[in-house]
Amino acid sequence: MVGLLGAEAAPAAASSAGWFVDHAWLIALLPFLSAALILFFGKRTPGGGPVYGIAAIGAGFVMALGVVWHFVQGGGPYEKYVEWFRIGSLHMQLGFYVDGLTAVMLIVVTFVSLMVQVYSLGYMHGDVRYTWFFVVLSIFTGAMLDVVLAGNLFQLLVGWEVMGVCSYLLIGHWYEDPANSGAAIKAFLTTRVGDVPFMFGIFALIFATGMTTSNIQVIGQTVAGGHVSLLLVTTAALLLFGGTIGKSAQFPLYVWLPDAMAGPTPVSALIHAATMVAAGIYLVARTFQVFVSADPIALHVVAIIGAITLLLAAFLALVQDDIKKVLAYSTISQLAYMVAALGVGPDGYPAAMFHLFTHAFFKALLFLGAGSVIHAVHSNNMSEMGGLRKDMKVTFWTFAIGSAALAGVPPFSGFFSKDELILAAKDSHTYWLAVVLLVGAILTAFYTTRMILLTFFGEYRGHAHAHESPRVMTVPLILLAGATCVVGLLGFAPLGAPFLDWVYFGGEPIPAVFSPLVAILSIVAVTIGIWTGYVVYRRWRTPDPITKIGPAYDLLEHKYYLDDLYWNGIVKPIRDPIAAGVYWTDQHVIDGVVNGTATLAYAFSAVVAWFDRSVIDGAVNGAGRAMELFGRGLRTLQTGKVQWYAVGLFAGVILLTVFIIRP
Amino acid sequence: MIRLPLVLLFSAFLFSTGIYGVLARRNAVMVLMAIELLLNAVNVNLVAFAAELQDVTGEVFALFVIAVAAAEVGIGLAIVILLFRNRASINVDEVDLLKW
Repeated sequence: MVGLLGAEAAPAAASSAGWFVDHAWLIALLPFLSAALILFFGKRTPGGGPVYGIAAIGAGFVMALGVVWHFVQGGGPYEKYVEWFRIGSLHMQLGFYVDGLTAVMLIVVTFVSLMVQVYSLGYMHGDVRYTWFFVVLSIFTGAMLDVVLAGNLFQLLVGWEVMGVCSYLLIGHWYEDPANSGAAIKAFLTTRVGDVPFMFGIFALIFATGMTTSNIQVIGQTVAGGHVSLLLVTTAALLLFGGTIGKSAQFPLYVWLPDAMAGPTPVSALIHAATMVAAGIYLVARTFQVFVSADPIALHVVAIIGAITLLLAAFLALVQDDIKKVLAYSTISQLAYMVAALGVGPDGYPAAMFHLFTHAFFKALLFLGAGSVIHAVHSNNMSEMGGLRKDMKVTFWTFAIGSAALAGVPPFSGFFSKDELILAAKDSHTYWLAVVLLVGAILTAFYTTRMILLTFFGEYRGHAHAHESPRVMTVPLILLAGATCVVGLLGFAPLGAPFLDWVYFGGEPIPAVFSPLVAILSIVAVTIGIWTGYVVYRRWRTPDPITKIGPAYDLLEHKYYLDDLYWNGIVKPIRDPIAAGVYWTDQHVIDGVVNGTATLAYAFSAVVAWFDRSVIDGAVNGAGRAMELFGRGLRTLQTGKVQWYAVGLFAGVILLTVFIIRP
Repeated sequence: MIRLPLVLLFSAFLFSTGIYGVLARRNAVMVLMAIELLLNAVNVNLVAFAAELQDVTGEVFALFVIAVAAAEVGIGLAIVILLFRNRASINVDEVDLLKW
């Protein structure tokens, strides 16, 4: 059933769109079904149940390929929905919207999720909550696919929040350690801080449509029509961006992502690198018309937040010893690249999406590679690694490819997408941003080199016996490495850049341009970064040379004191009075009620006990005592003296006689 | 011919005397004798009415009563003798074992 509005919004939409596009909703539904299957039958299935999840996501991947094929052939966007419910004039829909961006995201999510689930078969082998892990992984994937497919903001919000819950569950997967559950709570609450403005942004946009719909396309047309006040649109844009700041870990709410590394590494790969954190970027892209129609200040805020986060996170990545934290900060930094690029406006849109696309592959690869290393050496700290390239050849080579892509070494995918980003900044004349992006590129290359050198070169400094991971873990690495090598070419202008034909903002694709100047600048930046990194970390030295940068190191070591600020400035002032108040309430009100009830019950039982003892027992005992007294009285009659009995006898006869002969 | 009311009065006097003896005497033999008075008061009545009504049934009944009274006295005296053997007394007041 195609809704009326849908037919208007997408005239091209017809059953000719093909079976895969027509049934794209199945892609999101399958993981939920598999989650239910794993939950109810997982433990009874040989292998613990992941087979359902892998089958569902595999089918989803095939369908996603079918959807992409529609756009490769030049198909248009497609929308389909049913009415879910209505509140007054507000029609809530349940359905999906597919355009090039959706199709690309479907590929990313299903492919990365498939790889991660296969990899988890090895990584999570023998885990206490093995089956449960795959249940949550499936729910998470389904929720992310719902966000990607959602045609309206309300449905998007549902998936968005389900992801938040899954993220919480997975970060705290090993909740026996308080640090892990603390990290889970921190992630949940911090992203929630962003979710509140996001929700209000949705309300603002629904309000902008005259309380009729939350359909993203309709909202886009409404705000583009210019009949909505600029203030409302700008406010809505900034509020929506609040959700992005939380979910995509941007300054000042990025603090949860490094802590989220407490979760199992495949989770970090799937959620905290490739997909969930991408949801924030995707949200801005999906509602980009709102940002474009808003006052330019909105996009400036986006760009500035992106630039600040980019540099802050890149600097933090320099000093980390935990390999996952390096990757976490690099994720924040790379997401900031996308945010910054979106901030330059429609020019940056395809570049940001392309970076989102490539980043998902190489960052998932890097996390899974790091997981493989951690699996081998039983430590997260790079100071206890080193020299692993000899024992872990597959991991080393795939990790190196991922690192090269992250650093932006040609011809790996990161190079192409980063070029696009810098080019977009230059073309829109935001030169300061282009400079920031280049500086970011230098820093990225530096910390990536440091990570590679500390992990795989030099002498092994740990104690465990390092060994290559099982095939089930290395095969996903190889596939992701292959994807990392290939996907960059999709955006390479001399080859036609088909990606830009699929994903574009506005009516027409922006023609792909290759700028040798930007490419050279980018290569120079990367070379500087790698060379510096090589010089500094050629040999293992203790202490780490990065600690010698003085006060700056202290600042970085304490994460700009941002965590302390939040802790002392927000969490404690709010938590302590609340805790005290709640404690007081608990002690006095709740306990008072409980104790009062108990006292009342006690008093009532005392009354009942008294009644029982006095009245009931009194009646019983009294009856007994009365009988006894009566008997005692009667006993005196029985004297044993026969003559007294005879007196009675005759008295009775006389009485009877009198009674009988009475006239 | 003696008039019936006189005989009945005599009988009633005899009966009352017997009741007094039964109830008031402490000597068991005296009690037995008082019981004989009661029985004979009844016999007097039976015979008196038999004569008055010209019906021999009452006289026959009186003979039965005499026979039963003889048996009764036999048993009663036996009890008294046993009582005396056991307690060296035939005072009925002292024979009050038949109580709680």
